Amino acid sequence: MKLITAVIKPHRLDEVKDALQAFGVHGLTITEASGYGRQHGHTEVYRGAEYTVDLVPKIRIEVLVEDADAEELTDVIVKAARTGKIGDGKVWSIPVDDAVRVRTGERGPDAL
Amino acid sequence: MPPGILTLAADKATLSPANTGFMLICSALVMVMTPGLAFFYGGMVRVKSVLNMLMMSFISLGIVTILWILYGFGLAFGTDKGGFIGWDGHFAGLSGIGLTELWGTSTIPVYVFAVFQLMFAIITPALISGALADRVKFTAWALFIALWVTVVYFPVAHWVWGEGGWLFELKVIDFAGGTAVHINAGAAALAAILVVGKRIGFKKDPMRPHSLPLVMLGAGLLWFGWFGFNAGSWLGNDDGIGAVAFINTQVATAAAMLGWLVYEKLRHGSFTTLGAASGAVAGLVAITPACGAVSPLGAIAVGAIAGVLCAMAVNLKYKFGYDDSLDVIGVHLVGGVAGSLLVGLFATGGVQSKAKGLFYGGGFDQLGRQAVGVVCVLLYSLVVSYVLAKAIDLVMGFRIGEDEEVAGIDQAAHAETAYDFTGAGGGHLGRRGPALGEALTKKVEA
Repeated sequence: MKLITAVIKPHRLDEVKDALQAFGVHGLTITEASGYGRQHGHTEVYRGAEYTVDLVPKIRIEVLVEDADAEELTDVIVKAARTGKIGDGKVWSIPVDDAVRVRTGERGPDAL
Repeated sequence: MPPGILTLAADKATLSPANTGFMLICSALVMVMTPGLAFFYGGMVRVKSVLNMLMMSFISLGIVTILWILYGFGLAFGTDKGGFIGWDGHFAGLSGIGLTELWGTSTIPVYVFAVFQLMFAIITPALISGALADRVKFTAWALFIALWVTVVYFPVAHWVWGEGGWLFELKVIDFAGGTAVHINAGAAALAAILVVGKRIGFKKDPMRPHSLPLVMLGAGLLWFGWFGFNAGSWLGNDDGIGAVAFINTQVATAAAMLGWLVYEKLRHGSFTTLGAASGAVAGLVAITPACGAVSPLGAIAVGAIAGVLCAMAVNLKYKFGYDDSLDVIGVHLVGGVAGSLLVGLFATGGVQSKAKGLFYGGGFDQLGRQAVGVVCVLLYSLVVSYVLAKAIDLVMGFRIGEDEEVAGIDQAAHAETAYDFTGAGGGHLGRRGPALGEALTKKVEA
């Protein structure tokens, strides 16, 4: 199993969610996040004093999938989240040892 | 501020119900400026010190009211003593004043004049608080207000507006408080920050306004209340000058807001909300001394000049490295000086006073008088306020502890916080009842 984590622009959330649903993903977790990549935030001006606001609002999506689906799903997310402008985000995956469905106790791929 | 309507010797002024009612409403309008100022300042500070900022203005309503009744009105408006101070035994405690006793040659009761002027005395020290945001002991601040109004505001109000006051006799024009209120408070703010010092993290940490909507609410209330401040300063006398003051207040404020916005668009690239609110306040400040002396076109000039000048001035604190937290100097001192001096240029001679400004053929005479008023009030307030602040600092310490300042003055000084963020993420993360990590330590007995 793999855990795919995507940090994306908030306004792309609906597209990514729809794409994941169309792919057949059963569940996902979404967190409001903030951070920065290469663009390093933006500047605000208050009475002439400029403040650099480093942290930009982001959405973090986490999906657990079977190994065979991981690569294709990554592509699906990237395609749905892309605007072509700076700050589109990142997607990565890591191996997962085990997973348990709390209600039934099923383990491994059965729990997905 | 006029002593009253000019009447023929044979006429005896009688109480005017219309003027009395108008002045009671104006007094209420000026009162609302202080909570308005509290919101204007409160929105500009960080979340951790907004309550303290609100309280620093609000406490003035308590302290100054009591002192005014006990002795303040007598010192400011009692019978002149040498041009410097006034006193009248029967003004003490407002105890010897008849219900229908009229103020001077005006048509309103002494009580009404006293309560109108009280509202000026309240807001003036509150203005100073913006320079000291986030870092002073509340008790020290309360003591500063009490001492400051006693030895600075009451005498200066007498100089400028009291019959026999030396600036009044010098015919310095200050319709509603350019010198007595704004230069006075601005100079005191400068003195106080020289004693108190910078906030921890000044020029390093971001100190963004936590709520610009509050700033706009406050600026709106100030603008609204200012009509009472300025139009009321002719004491309701029905010769049209109060109406000129009202129009000029509106016109100058509009011009100053636009001036500030245009300046910052050219300089920084955006029309900001804070710029609009600040520009409006700068215009209100600048037109205050001038609103009875200039024409509406003159008011546009006064406002526009003040708007641009104040927008430029707020950057001085970074240049000189003094921490005037919310730009009391940049807005009130600079705006007050600008407005007071511009009277010397734009006075038409056809309204409050016959004195004409430089641009209306009056030469440098009135400009010179205005400059004397500006410099003397500025220096007096600066020196005496510095001595007061220094004395308080030596006796009890003016600043809060470093740890308290970093953690937030609201908790340290008032045992409160302004906003409840324990339900972060929409509130569904917290359990019902007291939020996680919060425990009810004491139950209130029914």
